[in-house]
Amino acid sequence: MSPFLRTAWAVFRKDIAVERRAKEGANALGFFALLLLFLFYFALGPDGDRIRAALPGLFWLAFILAGVLGLGRAFALEQENDCLDGLILAPADKGAIYLGKLAGTTALMLGMEVAFITATGIFYNLDIWAAVPRLLLVALAGTVGFAAVGTLFAAMTAHLRAREVLLPVLLLPLAVPVLLAAVKLTDLALAGEGWGPAWPWWQLLLGFDVVFLVAGLLTFEFVLEA
Amino acid sequence: MIEAIGLVKLYGMHAALRGVTLEVPAGQVLTILGHNGSGKTTLVRLLATLVRPTAGHGRIAGHDLVDGRDEVRRLVAVVGHSTHLYDDLTARENLAFAEALAGRRADAARIDAALARVGLDGQAGIRVCALSSGLRRRVALARAMLREPRVLLLDEAFSGLDPEGTKRLEDYLHAFKAGGGAAVVVTHSLGRALAVADRVAILAAGRIAAEATRGSLTEEALQRLYLGTTDATA
Repeated sequence: MSPFLRTAWAVFRKDIAVERRAKEGANALGFFALLLLFLFYFALGPDGDRIRAALPGLFWLAFILAGVLGLGRAFALEQENDCLDGLILAPADKGAIYLGKLAGTTALMLGMEVAFITATGIFYNLDIWAAVPRLLLVALAGTVGFAAVGTLFAAMTAHLRAREVLLPVLLLPLAVPVLLAAVKLTDLALAGEGWGPAWPWWQLLLGFDVVFLVAGLLTFEFVLEA
Repeated sequence: MIEAIGLVKLYGMHAALRGVTLEVPAGQVLTILGHNGSGKTTLVRLLATLVRPTAGHGRIAGHDLVDGRDEVRRLVAVVGHSTHLYDDLTARENLAFAEALAGRRADAARIDAALARVGLDGQAGIRVCALSSGLRRRVALARAMLREPRVLLLDEAFSGLDPEGTKRLEDYLHAFKAGGGAAVVVTHSLGRALAVADRVAILAAGRIAAEATRGSLTEEALQRLYLGTTDATA
């Protein structure tokens, strides 16, 4: 493994280990996801078609909020004991640190997303299981794009007193193209449409993933050192 | 090995450092004393490349603090007020992570040896959040030792250490000097300053107000020098 990937892997493993032991983030997300499912059930009623029509929005609302919480927490951990200074002082490629943080956030978000999709199918008694493989692909691509730009902004706001407010304010407008494409692709996957109509949205989503990822890799050092 | 020439650091209108010039050759320890707010921590953060100087410049082993900061970071280990440790990782895991960031494979034997050197051989597998503040500081010291640095920057590293921990740190500093390393040690303890220093500098209001070689300097003489300097600038 190259030193770059070794550093990224170390940061990823560290973030997962800390999150697994602390459990604060997972508990908060689990409670929030359950609440969301209950609220939507009361709002939409037992009509399966109405619920299915609202599912793309429901999914991505949950994923975005989970992401914002996860991103804030990923850098809140680095603020404890000034660990962020430790990362800055490390003689490591800062792009690798970015990649590790991004992978950690993506993995945690994906874990929550799999649990949420499963819980939605069971709780609403919906037959969405055939669409799950495509839903997971969309979730992965959307999450990478969201976390790519989110990791950058979370690092940027980590030192600020109003970071909990500023992070979503800065992040969400920029993530709109990713979220639009992800919601549309989720809708198409749930409707069982072929790949044809989905292709332009895939191009948009993957294009933004690449742009955000490259921008993050190139600029994270400056964000961290600012 | 460590050079600073006219280092100035402004935070808005506040001048934390007003032109600090110092030199620490290889094999020497410079201890810096000074009252709260005199600029000691800012000086350490500048030398560690955590902040950039507003004016002036500095070098570590010939590498500029700004343009050569990547090289400087390979040579320097820092133990500051904060430990830079993850509370939910064990002492051993924290050191392994630091090794990975330094581009080295985590060698369990080396890590355990470093922890043993600070007296933590029995606590390597305990999460940092379960350790006392003194033991956490020892973990941070073990991490610094593991780096095998050429330059050591210690900011209040003695605070919170019990007599055994203090002795281990003093022993390490003597061995570090003998091995050709250079260190800047910030402390409030005059006794500690004299125990490890080759030279003592007193920082007051962002300037080096006095400097003395260890020589035959007694604690009383150092106290008079310290109080005289800080009283004059207060």
